[in-house]
Amino acid sequence: MTMANTKVKEPKGVKLDHISKIYKDPKTGKDFYAVHDVDLDIAPGSFVTLLGPSGCGKTTTLRMIAGFESPDEGEIYLGGEPINELTPNKRDTAMVFQSYALFPHYNVFDNVAYGLRLRKVPKDEIKRRVTDILALVELTGMEQRMTNQLSGGQQQRVALARALVVEPGVLLFDEPLSNLDAKLRVQMRTEIRRIQQALGITAIYVTHDQSEAMSISDNIILMKNGVVAQMGTPHEIYYRPNSEFVADFIGECNFLKGTADGSESAEGRYITRVRMPQGEVAVVTDKPYAKGSECEIVLRPEAITITDQGQLPCKVELSCFMGSYQNYHVRVGDTLVKITDNCPINKKVFKVGDRVFISFSPECAHLL
Amino acid sequence: MAKGQSAELDRKKLMADPIMMTTIVLLITFLTLFILYPLAILLIDSLYGTNGFSLDTFQRIFQMRTFRVAISNTLKVGLVVGLLSTLIGLLYAYVEVYVRMKKVTGGLFKVVSMLPVVSPPFVLSLSMIMLFGRAGLITRFVLGIYDNNIYGYWGIVIVQTMTFFPVCYMMLKGLLKNIDPSMEEAARDMGASRWKVFTTVTFPLLLPGLGNAFLVTFIESIADFANPMIIGGSYDTLATTIYLQITGAMDKEGASAMAVVLLCITLAMFVVQKYYLERKTAATLTGKASRARMLIEDKSVTIPLTLLCSLGALFVIMMYICVPIGALFPTWGYKFTPLTFKWFQQVFTRYHGLQAFRDSFVLSLIASPITALLSMIISYLIVKRNFRSKGFIEAVSILAMAVPGTVLGVGYIRGFANGLFRTGFMSSLYGTGLILIIVFVVRSLPTGTRSGISALRQIDKSIEESAYDMGANSLKVFTSVTLPLIKDSFLSGLVTTFVRSITAISAIILLVTPSYLLITVQINEFAEKGAFSIACAFATILILITYGAVLLMNLFIKFFGTSRKTKEVE
Repeated sequence: MTMANTKVKEPKGVKLDHISKIYKDPKTGKDFYAVHDVDLDIAPGSFVTLLGPSGCGKTTTLRMIAGFESPDEGEIYLGGEPINELTPNKRDTAMVFQSYALFPHYNVFDNVAYGLRLRKVPKDEIKRRVTDILALVELTGMEQRMTNQLSGGQQQRVALARALVVEPGVLLFDEPLSNLDAKLRVQMRTEIRRIQQALGITAIYVTHDQSEAMSISDNIILMKNGVVAQMGTPHEIYYRPNSEFVADFIGECNFLKGTADGSESAEGRYITRVRMPQGEVAVVTDKPYAKGSECEIVLRPEAITITDQGQLPCKVELSCFMGSYQNYHVRVGDTLVKITDNCPINKKVFKVGDRVFISFSPECAHLL
Repeated sequence: MAKGQSAELDRKKLMADPIMMTTIVLLITFLTLFILYPLAILLIDSLYGTNGFSLDTFQRIFQMRTFRVAISNTLKVGLVVGLLSTLIGLLYAYVEVYVRMKKVTGGLFKVVSMLPVVSPPFVLSLSMIMLFGRAGLITRFVLGIYDNNIYGYWGIVIVQTMTFFPVCYMMLKGLLKNIDPSMEEAARDMGASRWKVFTTVTFPLLLPGLGNAFLVTFIESIADFANPMIIGGSYDTLATTIYLQITGAMDKEGASAMAVVLLCITLAMFVVQKYYLERKTAATLTGKASRARMLIEDKSVTIPLTLLCSLGALFVIMMYICVPIGALFPTWGYKFTPLTFKWFQQVFTRYHGLQAFRDSFVLSLIASPITALLSMIISYLIVKRNFRSKGFIEAVSILAMAVPGTVLGVGYIRGFANGLFRTGFMSSLYGTGLILIIVFVVRSLPTGTRSGISALRQIDKSIEESAYDMGANSLKVFTSVTLPLIKDSFLSGLVTTFVRSITAISAIILLVTPSYLLITVQINEFAEKGAFSIACAFATILILITYGAVLLMNLFIKFFGTSRKTKEVE
């Protein structure tokens, strides 16, 4: 592999300075914020994912960076330069589209060479760079194929190569894997991450698939209704969500209501005791909670253990063997709690109707 | 909440794209000058006279009996032609889509739908007179009727129906194919007879489409100039009345006012058709057929239906064939043998045929690439780009579809004969070949744009966006991505314009000057004089040219059309 040759000139940072986009609702005719006051600073060379349900403004944000849409408020900076007034062809970005958007009248080589020809790169250099980049995406030998002779995964690679070859300051991905089947999707996201790391390029990636976002990104920006709900590393977002929405969107989640019973500091953080009708539990938190304040414990299904003896008594309502884990639904008071108990082969399996206990360690839970 | 800075930013981005800006400005200028302005001047002309603004001219024309009769004549013809064409078109479409038929029958249908496209508009009138007129081959020599009068109402109705029903057939065929057969099968399954299925499922689904086909034909019939001119006799329609008002009575204000009336009628129908029926059709028939339809094989149904349609098709084909044959007889109606080429010789030796064909050919040839390119640019801007004046460009180029040729012709006379707004500015344009070319372009622009728009809608918007994103400017995006992808549409626009231009007459006949001899105008003249043999000879050569052009296009598309390479593998 000739990665040294294809090393990107200089990755650029992207700054969104309080960006908003207003659209007109086609039904009511009223204006609304499709994107509202998004303020981000994306470091050069990092991989950032805009994650959220459909209609949350993630694609609009991406298209504003590419220049297809103009922001109604705020300024976008690319490598420190304001770019609001630049047309898409003048911006140092390259986008990989959801539909790949390959040129059907060109073969693979011409597709990839398109951007280089526009930049008037000498012929022999085009040949060298296209060959290198096709090697990087593992499409050597496919140069003369027409794009509709390629499989979905190969088309995806061509789209990626076409964007990479122009060495953009930032690479934009608009749900690039949503047209692939599940297995290929997993393979391609590893591939994209590998190439991004190898080239050290800045990448902004839009997806609605939380597992994709977690596996690929340095940072996740979770959006809802045009607003940034939370940003952080995949780990932060998963284990320390700042709202029920974030907790639920990023993965399967249980919520248990309770009352704080005071916090004590421990190693820079706090251990907060939470009182519930069924018993008392401890949770590690970032801030102290006043005694008596209402709170909600966020618990991932795999963080809970189900035993004969433990913290909170409950009743099994569903017990289902799933292969790699046993799936339980138990009732704690009025609340349904989902549990995934991994590797059930050497554990006791409970039946529907069994009276059991659940427990979890304080650092596996999170308090809202 | 007011829109923020995006409009301003979009404007700045547009300004930063000089090619795009220039294109838009040029387009707007062209559309305003050659579509909007001539129509506006008609309105001004008919309202603004020696004593300022008044409705005097309108009052005057409505007091003319000939005009009132012409309006009622036009509507009567349009209504009946619209109804008949829709019904016959429906019959043919139904048989094609629902009934198992022989390959030959299918071939006949194809020929019938093709003929009106490649033939000049008045060919059917010619053969109608030659077959069924006073000295008609069939009326006099087969049936022995000596005083058959084909001129007038029924003549126009029959000829127009034969000309326009293939349009309905093609439209309805497309719609019927989009009806999901499982809906009809569900009805059958619940116990409905075939007839019941047709009346309760197929027909209601098709109803907006039928209305659409009816109005399209209605508009075509009203706007038709050539057929009423030749076979109308003393039965005048609006289009011919306007023509006579300007060429015979030299009443330009009156003609302008009449043109405004005609335009209002077609425009009103067009608006209903375009913005109500077309949408409704799309709403009821969007689904794609999930699988092939079980064709009707019951012989008691298939035989009568295919027989009826085949006979009809044969009749229409015979009407067309009559024209080249007519040109071979020594004297039509009196002397049939020996067959002779003397008329064809005379076309070139006595009647300046060479010049006529050269003029028509060259002017049409110049108009076609301009139109094809222009319509592709317009459709690209409409479908793929966003800018302020987009609505204007779209509206005007579609509006042109509803403007009858005669109206446009009068508008050009009034608008350009004495220069813009009679100032003398640009008056040198009038009477030149250039203005004829412009008329050709304007007349074919709507069809080209429509085909371009539908071709572009099939193409994912992100393909162009990705080229733009890679650094291509607007011109580069258009030439390297858009145009290659809609090559077929471009090529067919090229030929359609050529065929439409070389066979055009309605607007041209008002604008042509003696320095240009056009074939259609010649044919019209000879037919008026009763010199049918020579008219037929001209028409035959014209049909050969247009047919040759269509053949050439098909060959062209076969070899250079949309990436043959990409299609091969599928």
